[in-house]
Amino acid sequence: MLEVQQLAVNYRGVRGLEPVSFRVSPGQLVGIIGPNGAGKSTLLKALLGLVPAAGGVVRYCTCPLHQQLERVAYIPQRSQIDWDYPITVWNVVMMAQTRQLGWFRSPGRAAKAIVKAALARVEMLNLRDRRISELSGGQQQRVFLARALAQQADLFLLDEPFTGVDQKTEAILLEVFEELRSQGKILLLSTHEWGQSLNQLDRLLLLNQCLIADGSPQQVMTPKNLRQAYGTHLGNPLHQDLETSFFC
Amino acid sequence: MLHFLLEPLNYEFIRNAIAIGLLVGILCPVVGSYLIVQRMALLGDVIAHCVLPGLSISFFFGIDILIGAFGSGILGAFLIAWIRSQTRVKVDAAMALTFSTFFALGVTLITVLENKLDLDSFLFGDILGVTAHDIQRTLVIASLILLVVKLFYKELLFYTFDKTGAQAIGLPIHTLYFGFMAAITLTIIASMQAVGVILVISLLVGPALTAYLLVKELHQMMMVGAVIGAIASISGVYLSYYRNLPSGPAIVLVSSSLFLLALLFSPSQGLLTQPEMVNRSARIFRRFKPAERSDSP
Repeated sequence: MLEVQQLAVNYRGVRGLEPVSFRVSPGQLVGIIGPNGAGKSTLLKALLGLVPAAGGVVRYCTCPLHQQLERVAYIPQRSQIDWDYPITVWNVVMMAQTRQLGWFRSPGRAAKAIVKAALARVEMLNLRDRRISELSGGQQQRVFLARALAQQADLFLLDEPFTGVDQKTEAILLEVFEELRSQGKILLLSTHEWGQSLNQLDRLLLLNQCLIADGSPQQVMTPKNLRQAYGTHLGNPLHQDLETSFFC
Repeated sequence: MLHFLLEPLNYEFIRNAIAIGLLVGILCPVVGSYLIVQRMALLGDVIAHCVLPGLSISFFFGIDILIGAFGSGILGAFLIAWIRSQTRVKVDAAMALTFSTFFALGVTLITVLENKLDLDSFLFGDILGVTAHDIQRTLVIASLILLVVKLFYKELLFYTFDKTGAQAIGLPIHTLYFGFMAAITLTIIASMQAVGVILVISLLVGPALTAYLLVKELHQMMMVGAVIGAIASISGVYLSYYRNLPSGPAIVLVSSSLFLLALLFSPSQGLLTQPEMVNRSARIFRRFKPAERSDSP
């Protein structure tokens, strides 16, 4: 059980996230949605203590989460990474074993087997020796998913995993999420897209500086909640289309 | 040919120059690779200028210049990090202001404290005046840094590739950052004698950047960069001996020429050898052609 109580964030003296509280049970796939700048990434980072919290507590299995980071796999937004970095697919996924191996130790046979299995699961094993700058956006996202899998974590936090990926990658992401859910893992992912993939989620947290709604996708995606989160932007025909497509 | 290579070795100052050139030629690209992949190449230049006040003060008090220069360089680096974290000032502006201030302070201190510090050799290096003690010191620094890079390679790889991810798995990123700053500062101090503070950035960045165009992984970039750095240093010393050129600039020019060669002929990323690049150049050329015609009478 992941338990968040009154977690708030200040950014350079300005409140970035009003206190939020929620609980997530094992085997739940939770989406954090909201407009750009709503604090979705900030919430994910604050859960791990990557940005200093202005108050609140985050517990996993009754202990503070930041004391058991080895149980967490975090996938940053793809835009945060320099994809021209000189590194191959294999070595990005091998980073997952950094903590498990500990200081001064090189990966052994067991670590290599874990990395290989993770790459095979996301259908990237044949590209293992490729430099990451030569991958498509979807393939890059799959490499990061493989890295998260190779961490063998219990809690998965994913920042905008669906942004700019192809259909094949989206399908693989959803399949892997489903497998992890059936293994009793907790998954939290942020997204600003309102595609059909939202229907695959057990639960949504609608966010805009504060928690506006929390519940199943049908409970959360009501015109009233959306208007509250997106404000006047909802008059935008694009949003109306998305809204219609979601409720169809 | 053999005579050409062996003749300068009759002189002790050339042997010393080659020894220190080899050491910094290997060390600089290893540390410089981390600077490049983090897009922090100019930080090397900044720290190089920031060591001057410490150098002057340690000269005045008669303490080892390593201590003063190290303290001063680290202070500069942290000042920039502090300005960046506490204000809205962008990092390039903070760097420009910090290094020029430190440099001005250093030059002022040399005058005020009446140091017998040779500013010319500090700025441009004096590889032909290297002593056995300098070589020993550089050897210790180089061995220490290379050992640390070897021991913490996987953690540094994670940190430089994905800082947020590294923090998320609980790596001590602040300690890694401090260690990294210390390594750059020590590398600069070790290289000061060879190429001087103005040109040290070239040895940090040049060979590693050349290697970046040739290989696909960080550790390969470091190894190939070290080979290129060593070649540049030694060729620079020979050029300096036979052509009577200033040695620091000669090393830098060899290093930059090698970069130019890689830029044009790298099998994977060369402007003249990579198919995609060749096509792109052809397209750009075609685009400019009509304009040329219309200009001609």
